[in-house]
Amino acid sequence: MTSTSEKPAVNGVNVEALLGARNALGETPEAGKFTWRATNEWLHGTHSRSSVAGYFGLGEEHEHKASFGFESDHPLVFAAEDNAATPVEIVLVGLASCLTAGVAAVAQNRDIQLRSVKATVEGDMDIQGILGADPDVRNGFSDIRVTYDIDADASPNDIEALVAQSQKRSAVFDILTNPTNVTVQVS
Amino acid sequence: MRTTTVVVGAGHAGLAVSHYLSACSIDHVLIERGEIANSWRTERWDSLTLLTPNWQARVPGLAYDGDDPDGFMDVSEVVSFIERYARLVGPSLETRTNVESVRQNGAGYQVVTDRGVWHAPTVVLATGGCNIPKVPAFATDLPGAITSCTPMDYSNPAALPDGGVLVVGASATGVQIAEEVHASGRPVTLAVGEHVRMPRTYRGKDILWWMDRTGLHDERYDEVDDIKRARRVPAPQLVGKPERTTLDLNALTEQGVRLVGRFAGIADGKAQFSGSLRNKCALADLKLGRLLDTIDEWIDDEGLDGEVGPACRFPPTRVEDSPPLALDFAEHGIRTVVWATGFEADHSWLDLPVLDHKGRLRHDGGVVSESPGLYRIGLNFLRRRKSSFIHGAADDARDLVDHLAAGIGAPAPG
Repeated sequence: MTSTSEKPAVNGVNVEALLGARNALGETPEAGKFTWRATNEWLHGTHSRSSVAGYFGLGEEHEHKASFGFESDHPLVFAAEDNAATPVEIVLVGLASCLTAGVAAVAQNRDIQLRSVKATVEGDMDIQGILGADPDVRNGFSDIRVTYDIDADASPNDIEALVAQSQKRSAVFDILTNPTNVTVQVS
Repeated sequence: MRTTTVVVGAGHAGLAVSHYLSACSIDHVLIERGEIANSWRTERWDSLTLLTPNWQARVPGLAYDGDDPDGFMDVSEVVSFIERYARLVGPSLETRTNVESVRQNGAGYQVVTDRGVWHAPTVVLATGGCNIPKVPAFATDLPGAITSCTPMDYSNPAALPDGGVLVVGASATGVQIAEEVHASGRPVTLAVGEHVRMPRTYRGKDILWWMDRTGLHDERYDEVDDIKRARRVPAPQLVGKPERTTLDLNALTEQGVRLVGRFAGIADGKAQFSGSLRNKCALADLKLGRLLDTIDEWIDDEGLDGEVGPACRFPPTRVEDSPPLALDFAEHGIRTVVWATGFEADHSWLDLPVLDHKGRLRHDGGVVSESPGLYRIGLNFLRRRKSSFIHGAADDARDLVDHLAAGIGAPAPG
């Protein structure tokens, strides 16, 4: 359905603030440097709990409204207790959440009213990699597919363009499609 | 044509097998696709030297007797050594004969060559462990302007185009090629994945002397925790030069070679490198530390502390703060890619149900149990850690001929 409304779109994204921030950063690019953080603690077996409480950005420390908790475990087929989603599923959650936020923001900026946005994410993995059974098989995903089902006041082409632009500006899409230097050390 | 054992391949391993077969009076023939030591003659780059010192060049019945035991043979010296061994062993030999297939034939085998068919109850494959260079599938995505080669086509730096060179792989082959190409004025970027760091000498002796003396080289395939992993360990970062120099990543960095992470893929005409370089280097540093601990403990136990040099540890591998994760070939002037990404053995010509889903031969320490009378020698960690070295052939050949002789009711070589 693509009826056009005269009213401005309301998707709940404060685009003016985001555009204002982009302009402000042109003057003070240092403020754009953020450091995101999480802590993680082993509970038992493969079960662990992470929390996300604060981050650095705009030149100062910030605290989230609350300390957000995430649990992770391995599934029963790995002879684990399945207390929570696996870490790789949380990565898929991160990708979908990031792309959906992007869809909403871009739609707002393009004055497209969203009614429903649903995504399904699938990641293929051959566990011969993590088991060390075959060195030619990578540990991580071999392929990730995201399917969006979007109902909005826009043409199918405009919806396609929304999703494409969301990928272009997505942090998690970039994280998954490009390498990152990772340092892990023991304190 | 009939014989008791067909040995495919007349390199040092096939000749060592021949030595023991003769000792048991087992009738046999060696079939060689080219000349003796063929892969040494045709598949090695110009400057290559053995990474094992001359004193370690020993095969059953012959040991190095020249005047430079601590030196390293070049390719022509290796060929001469193996030719001399062939004259000593004096096998029945069919050169310039290509084996096209090996098939089951009743209780024995039919070895089909381009110069006739042999029938034998037993077959030993001594065709080397480095038949096919392994190149990642994404190599086909290289921009058209880039020249690429494997160590088998590589001859010397002057044969490469002028300009930058990306050497992929930091095992023995990769670090040796990186060093000489960089020295030729072609700036080298070295993509580093899993690797084995070793100093050329430790406490006054060659590192391989220690591996020999401490028994590490004799460790058996049925004694290690994970033989699959042990067989995949890449060749150590060693080079055989008269000055006995160490050629680890720090040495290459000092010479101006730039290190990047494992070559992971090509996107938009750019090479992408893994962000795992620091971890790969830390793993290799830790593993080197464990090797040196083992050597120090052995020296302690043997009470040799006063007789050898002092213990020391080497500085950690230096990794720049943010190694590049992508390089544009054109922008960085990279004209050539050298795939030093390993080799695999070719068993595709075996017309026998003995290969796994990846075309690898299933065997138990060189005994192909599923196909009685069939044997393999000369693969990485076949029976011992030293199996792929020249001096590793002796024990393996003796064990396998023992097994073969018992199978056909012949007396063991003893």
